[in-house]
Amino acid sequence: MLTIVSNALRGSASKNGTRLVVSARSYADFTPQVSFDIKRCDVHRLDQGPPDKTVLTREQGLQYYRTMQVMRRMELKADQLYKQKIIRGFCHLYDGQEACAVGIEAGIKPDDHLITAYRAHGYTYTRGVPVKEILAELTGRKGGVAKGKGGSMHMYAKHFYGGNGIVGAQVPLGAGVALACKYHGNSQVCVALYGDGAANQGQIFESYNMAALWKLPCIFICENNKYGMGTSVERASANTDYYKRGDFIPGIRVDGMDVLCVREATKFAADYCRSGKGPILMELQTYRYHGHSMSDPGSPVLLYGCCSFFLVRGTNPWIKLKSVS
Amino acid sequence: FAMAAAAARFLLGSVHSRAAATAVALGTHGGPGGALLKGAAARRSGRAAQRRYAAHFTFQPDPVPTKYGPTQKMNLFQSVTSALDNTLASDPTAVIFGEDVAFGGVFRCTVGLRDKYGKDRVFNTPLCEQGIVGFGIGVAVAGATAIAEIQFADYIYPAFDQIVNEAAKYRYRSGNLFDCGNLTIRAPWGCVGHGSLYHSQSPEAFFAHCPGLKIVIPRSPVQAKGLLLSCIADKNPCIFFEPKILYRAAVEQVPTEPFHIPLSQAEVVLEGSDVTLVAWGTQVHVMREVATMAQEKLGVSCELIDLQTILPWDTDTVCKSVVKTGRLLISHEAPVTGGFAAEISARVQEECFLNLEAPIARVCGYDTPFPHIFEPFYIPDKWKCFDAVKRMINY
Repeated sequence: MLTIVSNALRGSASKNGTRLVVSARSYADFTPQVSFDIKRCDVHRLDQGPPDKTVLTREQGLQYYRTMQVMRRMELKADQLYKQKIIRGFCHLYDGQEACAVGIEAGIKPDDHLITAYRAHGYTYTRGVPVKEILAELTGRKGGVAKGKGGSMHMYAKHFYGGNGIVGAQVPLGAGVALACKYHGNSQVCVALYGDGAANQGQIFESYNMAALWKLPCIFICENNKYGMGTSVERASANTDYYKRGDFIPGIRVDGMDVLCVREATKFAADYCRSGKGPILMELQTYRYHGHSMSDPGSPVLLYGCCSFFLVRGTNPWIKLKSVS
Repeated sequence: FAMAAAAARFLLGSVHSRAAATAVALGTHGGPGGALLKGAAARRSGRAAQRRYAAHFTFQPDPVPTKYGPTQKMNLFQSVTSALDNTLASDPTAVIFGEDVAFGGVFRCTVGLRDKYGKDRVFNTPLCEQGIVGFGIGVAVAGATAIAEIQFADYIYPAFDQIVNEAAKYRYRSGNLFDCGNLTIRAPWGCVGHGSLYHSQSPEAFFAHCPGLKIVIPRSPVQAKGLLLSCIADKNPCIFFEPKILYRAAVEQVPTEPFHIPLSQAEVVLEGSDVTLVAWGTQVHVMREVATMAQEKLGVSCELIDLQTILPWDTDTVCKSVVKTGRLLISHEAPVTGGFAAEISARVQEECFLNLEAPIARVCGYDTPFPHIFEPFYIPDKWKCFDAVKRMINY
């Protein structure tokens, strides 16, 4: 049955495959930019949130689409390699959440700093590491970005501090990097990412306190993919409004499946931090298409959740983008 | 699941690319692509140089125990489930909690317990190790039996303060008015072949430095059940490390009724006369092979001791053995500097100095983080241990 499915997909892919069509038409036929209405973000302790209109140029659109496509294919390939036991160890895949990584990167500058947890392959790519080095690192080869010594969870790049295995441990680190930025006075910001599971770690709240006290230019971003491994957010958190968990830190809740929404929110947050007002919190509502990791037994449970999620939200990060190109 | 995922993607009209669609087709069993992959893997494994062995040891089951009643074939995680089942049945105050324990746990150690005993006795905690242990201490102090699970021993460090500063010192600092002896912490422990830095650690040495705790590490399903039940019954806070590589690999006939194996009593697994080998957990099975190799290749008779309880450890059994043999080899996966072998080494040379024929050998992990791709070089496998035995014999 699957061969029939794959043949059908293959057929329709070549029929309306966007890449083929784009190369066949002349660029003069396209408008150089389009403006969009994006979803308004819920805010906490802010008078106004990010704008609800944005402009997307053709180059940006194609670049975001290409980046998200590459990330998706890289993660699916990693899935395949893991099942073949070419990648060993633990492998936490990022597919489904591509809009977050691409949107954040579009909203910050290359010399800003970023730190995340173990679901790091996407960010490694957006922070400038070639796919070859990422796959080499996953397979433990010398050509890998960490010389093959770290594996999936430990990838680093310039201004990208990984890649961290212990849940929540990266957030105080991110606050520390923000302190260094403030100390240097270089108007850079640090983006410290964590998940909905990590949001209940004590050290996150310690970081909130220090960042707010010392007005550090730190953007705390909670990638809420609804599941901390196998436990849904309702069963793990007394308060699932993660953008409000910073309490005294202003927060924004963002549609993490829409790359433009993420971009505008990140730009807003980065401007907020750069103006010296202190830290800000963003919650990206997103979803992952794989289980927590490749060895996670909870997949059938997640599939059920995944289907109902799609019925409700009807989104797939770059389908939204593709449909406007 | 993969089939359904493919269907879901198709229904959403998400036409990624030809390659992704093919990947989906190949991802499942069956189809010409799948066979191709399998063929390639088979060809690859044929070349010995590229083959990576599944494990660095072979599990040897112990003889079937007869004195504890009827037995059933169980692997390590099932024996843990059996022990927890016995506990929840006999002790109405017992509760089990930790990350993801409700559905059975990531290693299946708590499968079926929630359905059997209710969600107020087997429940999930949020992702907060410090909170889990702190909460467990409170439960124990108030008189209920608390069995906390830390998902991997590598994640136990946020709870280090609670364990060392609170749990271990509670009885002492309150003059025996309060204690948290009802607390048992369970954590999967040790190398697993592909765990790398944060899924392979053996942190027993960190806690061995803390009076007030008991630390126990079983080598097999029968030992696991007996020792875990002893830990739960013990009136001191206990940390029970379960070798995760043995969860499925170790299968034995395990008694279904509850039984206790005494703590702080090392077991002489093999009797010998020339060299004493001391290990715990998975490493005991490696040492078994070392003993066989030493007998065959060197004619050396090794006495193998499974320490079982790391703190407080059975100094008498080990010293008695060293007095008999004169040579001691201690082996563990944790890094050598400050590892528990150092403590055993120091104590044995204090007690048995004049009986020693050769310096005490420690074959342990190197002083590096537990590696990802270099694991086969890092772990103290049977060849390194055999080499150490040879050097001791020829000293």
